[in-house]
Amino acid sequence: MTPRPGLVLEVDGSTPPTLFWHGERFVLEKLPEGSRVIYAPEPLVPLEDPVGAIRHALLHPLGDRDPLPALLWPGMRLTVCFDDVSLPLPPMQAPDVRQLVMEQVLDMAAEAGVDDVVLVAALALHRRMTEAELRHALGDRIYEAFAPSGLLTQHDAEDPDNLVHLGTTGKGEDVEINKRAATSDLLVYVNINLVAMDGGHKSVATGLASYRSLRHHHNPKTMVHSRSFMDAPSSELHSSNWRMGRLIADSGVKVFQIETTLNTDTFPRQFGFLQRREWEWSVRDRAMYAAAAAALDRTPPRVARQVFHSIRAPHALVSVQAGEVEAVHAVTTANIWKQQGVEVDGQTDILTMGLPYISPYNVNSIMNPILVACLGLGYFFNLYRGQPLVRRGGVVILHHPTPWEFHPGHHPSYIDFFEEVLSDTTDPVEISKTYEESFATDPWYVHLYRTGHAYHGVHPFYMWYWCAHALDHLGRVIVVGGDPAAVRRMGFSPATRLADALEMASDVVGRSPTLTHLHTPPLLLADVR
Amino acid sequence: MGIPAALAGKRFFVTGGTGFLGTALVERILRTVPDADVVVLVRPGRRATASERAAREILRNDCFDRLREELGDRFGGAAARLVAVAGDVSRDGLGLDAEGRRLLASCDVVVHAAATVSFDAPLDQAVEINLLGPSRVAAALSAARAARAAEECPERAHLIAVSTAYVAGTHQGEAREELLSESRFSLEVDWRAEVDHARGLRRDFETESRSATTLASLAKKSRAELGAAGEHLLAARAERLRDEWIEDRLVDAGTARAQSLGWPDAYPFTKALGERALVETADVPLSIVRPSIIESALAEPVPGWIRGFRMAEPIIISFARGLLREFPGVPEGVTDVIPVDMVVAAIMAIAAAPPPERPAVYHVASGVANPLRYGRLVELIQEWFGRHPIYDDRGQPISLPEWSFPGRGRVQRQLLRATKAMDAAERMLTALPLRGRQAAFSATVEERNTLAKRALGYVQLYGAYTETEARYRVDRLLDLWRTLDGSDRSAFCFDPSVIDWGHYVHDIHLPSIVAHARVRTTPGRPTLDSRPERARRSILSPDRHLAAFDLEHTLIAANVVDSYAWLASRHLSAARRPKLVAELLAEGPSLLALDRRDRGDFLRLFYRRYDGAPVAQLEEDAWELFHRQLLPRTFPAGLSRVREHRRLGHRTLLITGALDFVIAPMRPLFDDIVCARMAQSGGRFTGRLDELPPIGEARAQLLADYAAAHGLDLAESVAYADSASDLAMLEAVGFPVAVNPETRLAAIARRRGWHVEHWGRAAGGASRPLPIGPLDVRPLSKVRGRP
Repeated sequence: MTPRPGLVLEVDGSTPPTLFWHGERFVLEKLPEGSRVIYAPEPLVPLEDPVGAIRHALLHPLGDRDPLPALLWPGMRLTVCFDDVSLPLPPMQAPDVRQLVMEQVLDMAAEAGVDDVVLVAALALHRRMTEAELRHALGDRIYEAFAPSGLLTQHDAEDPDNLVHLGTTGKGEDVEINKRAATSDLLVYVNINLVAMDGGHKSVATGLASYRSLRHHHNPKTMVHSRSFMDAPSSELHSSNWRMGRLIADSGVKVFQIETTLNTDTFPRQFGFLQRREWEWSVRDRAMYAAAAAALDRTPPRVARQVFHSIRAPHALVSVQAGEVEAVHAVTTANIWKQQGVEVDGQTDILTMGLPYISPYNVNSIMNPILVACLGLGYFFNLYRGQPLVRRGGVVILHHPTPWEFHPGHHPSYIDFFEEVLSDTTDPVEISKTYEESFATDPWYVHLYRTGHAYHGVHPFYMWYWCAHALDHLGRVIVVGGDPAAVRRMGFSPATRLADALEMASDVVGRSPTLTHLHTPPLLLADVR
Repeated sequence: MGIPAALAGKRFFVTGGTGFLGTALVERILRTVPDADVVVLVRPGRRATASERAAREILRNDCFDRLREELGDRFGGAAARLVAVAGDVSRDGLGLDAEGRRLLASCDVVVHAAATVSFDAPLDQAVEINLLGPSRVAAALSAARAARAAEECPERAHLIAVSTAYVAGTHQGEAREELLSESRFSLEVDWRAEVDHARGLRRDFETESRSATTLASLAKKSRAELGAAGEHLLAARAERLRDEWIEDRLVDAGTARAQSLGWPDAYPFTKALGERALVETADVPLSIVRPSIIESALAEPVPGWIRGFRMAEPIIISFARGLLREFPGVPEGVTDVIPVDMVVAAIMAIAAAPPPERPAVYHVASGVANPLRYGRLVELIQEWFGRHPIYDDRGQPISLPEWSFPGRGRVQRQLLRATKAMDAAERMLTALPLRGRQAAFSATVEERNTLAKRALGYVQLYGAYTETEARYRVDRLLDLWRTLDGSDRSAFCFDPSVIDWGHYVHDIHLPSIVAHARVRTTPGRPTLDSRPERARRSILSPDRHLAAFDLEHTLIAANVVDSYAWLASRHLSAARRPKLVAELLAEGPSLLALDRRDRGDFLRLFYRRYDGAPVAQLEEDAWELFHRQLLPRTFPAGLSRVREHRRLGHRTLLITGALDFVIAPMRPLFDDIVCARMAQSGGRFTGRLDELPPIGEARAQLLADYAAAHGLDLAESVAYADSASDLAMLEAVGFPVAVNPETRLAAIARRRGWHVEHWGRAAGGASRPLPIGPLDVRPLSKVRGRP
């Protein structure tokens, strides 16, 4: 049976309650009649022979690139970079796509007699991956072959000895990236393109860059002008990355880009109801929902978090393409739209979203309030092309417990950002002017980033800038079921129940607003006409 | 001739000039009498000379604000008329030097206002000051005059001794302005025998306090209070407790002796004997002024002026704060209160009059001329606080208790029961290993207990005065009043009948004492400028030099046992782990007990476990230990504070008994680290420390050495620690901060007004309950080289 496309449902009297994610739980909410619910397309059929498809892509590159084997020769310096633990979400069931791709790449390198090979996790300013995470992403074979000899590395954006400044773009943007990668004869970058934002020139220009380089596009001004950052042609974030990517290419760095897309098969079978439409739930789905909801009600949040973070998604590979960056990315983007695109007619006054337990920056970690804001107002708000799902001056209602909790090992600077910065102001421009520099250069954060598993000191700022477009666009943000103190600290309004939130929203959008619910995950991209 | 004219150009000698009455007297002389100068007898302080004390404690008191304002630039001239001489009324000859004696001899009027007014002074102290003081002044005066040529001295010097109306006791009936020897009510008491007895008591208690059993119990008490603070501090505390022990006994002895002779406590008892001694020995013209309870000024220098917290104020404030649920008293009884400026005016009028041929006694009291009934006073106070409530910490008005005027016995019994219950609760809480906010709770119990004890003290001490039924006649005082002309009467009013009690209590006295009591008088949440905020600001002032931090429980919720357990289990197979855990758990109680007793012994013993451990391996594992086990247990606010100090240019120093390799990952946080180091041999640890670990009292020396080496001033430095065992370190600096203090330190910090911080782990930062190394993966360093 062909997978069905996405759907915009209009709620009427017979529509069953709608599932909202709520952190490590989910709830069913009865939406007002006339509301719209946007559902993702059903998962595309996986590639039958993923390894064959990968080999085919490597041997038949797109754009102005020779097949991979032709680019490999004995005595060359080869660097293979790969996306870090922030992709995909949730982490996929083994084998990870990165492992499949890199095994082929490394086999070809071995066949060609290449012996100077270094692997680089393209962390940018993210936390370093743990051994378990690396083993999961690369597989034990690659890990055992590279890690003990120190050839499996993680990008260190604060290592002055392993960064190289390649120049500045026409707009004055510094391009400073990983030296090993930049000085190799070939840089192979292995992507998992979970959303339309990923990949393209952003892979190298962001994933392997330093703070000096990143600050040119990770700032409030760029983010307000990225409408949305899921739609590269309208995204200032991408324009900047593209300028940098072209400079990288022009300075002689040869990039062999490999991009992969996954289907939206996000949750294992027992959680199948999470990606089915409520009126189609089978008896088994309903039983599973009732059992899961009841069990979660009795589970301490900490335990529930562990349970959810152990979920491995059955994501399957649906496309792989390789070759020159821009040619590859054009095909990838089309493939993502094929899987995730949903046409939506017109904007809404109120956009509701249920936020799940995971965002790109809390894999195996805690979704702190800043990450809640970032997932809702950064990622989900920007899942559009054309115009935002919610009208200017409209309201976004987030459904998430938003506990005042932080992972001290992963997010140390978030704690201080929340205490010291957001208590002073929530204005991204003001924040970047007053506080960014001191956090970005704080030697303690640098130390924790380099030697531990901490996100860089400046990272919480980027999360807040990610929200800049939404903060600029919206009239109000309401969080249902959140810790009131944490919600207020971010300048949002806490509400106990959805009904209260709708009542509060009426102050901003009037008494008979239109309402749209973004039924995600699974991920979707709204093409708003 | 008016008072100013009569006194013009005269020289006054005043004892007790830094006291309530004395300050007002000095001010009034300097302000109203042209060209008069004042010699004040001041006991030199430990850090200040007599002149410095006089300048600070007399001239800078707000009593002089009016004069300062009136004179402007010429205030210096008036101030120059005040001369301080060093001396002490508890020493024979007043401890005067030659110059002091010369000045005394040259005085026309000597006002002896020095006294220990506290009702619970130790007996021997009360005897030295109150009993012997007046006759010493008289003797010194006579001796000084005798030693000088006649032309250097005024013809006659008039000694005015301030006593108290209560020398007559609190018996029912009228007390006349007559010498005690003439009074029908007064017992004949041999004051010399009482002096000998009091001095003997001090010697006896000194001996008894040094007995083995007493010393042992004091040492035990000191340890209970401070824990493992170190021998030196424990000994110092025990010695202070010994002093207190003696004082307590002398106070009790004083009260017992006074009551046996019909006085409520040692104060009126020693004052009475002091009068007798004075009259018996003095050979100069003598007036005795007996005020009743002196309270804030009616008009001079400004209405409501008061100095220090006196008898009634703590009771009134405790009442308004709702702490004193009951206070005994007879509603119909007379509370004899007299404003301070009336007493001053009376003294000046007496001084201006010709010295008497034989000792003259004056009561300065209101009870006969203008009685204020106790019931009316309570009513006035209740009314006023009903309209002007005091607010609690959360900005809520405190509701007033209704007093039912019960008997003293009942109130005492109630309070005794309450303090006993709280004593028990306090003992129990101190024994529990609490810290942070729980410890703060136990400190609250302690504070409540202190308040209840104080209330009990008030009732025991002052109860007699609210039940007084004696009436102090003021015939002689009013005779004097009648001799004054109109201008003196308005400038030197001491006629008690002019007081409108309603006006005085509501508009003058209560507003003044409430302002002095520093209680909250406005509703609503405390403003940002709360006490902790101010303390934090001064801690984070750029003027500070050094910030020293303890580690365990100050910056991180972990200890050396956790670290050891983690490292020891890091490379153990799953099968061998339970044994390690079982061993550590079994030893837990004895380790804890040892740690409480002596941290140094504990560390030395515990670190033996590292004997034979491979150095390189542990150094490597320590990084993982830090990032996976310790960092999640840090207090983010604490780490942030360290960096804030650094940003402000302060030096930051970590002082910890933890091992160097364990805390190596924290090095970048501090300018310097002082920690324990373990000896190595052949790439393995020996389990023995290279030198003494930096703990307990060693830290004070260490801080001093460090400050000296870097040219820093410890008085301008900050120290952060969590436990009474860090007391030496906290005491060494000018700005101690108790972080999540355990019970003992919480109590100490509260008593000493130290700043307290409650720093917690990041919510969500909890890790496994047992600090056991993970089984899942191998160390990180293999993944990326470390800088």
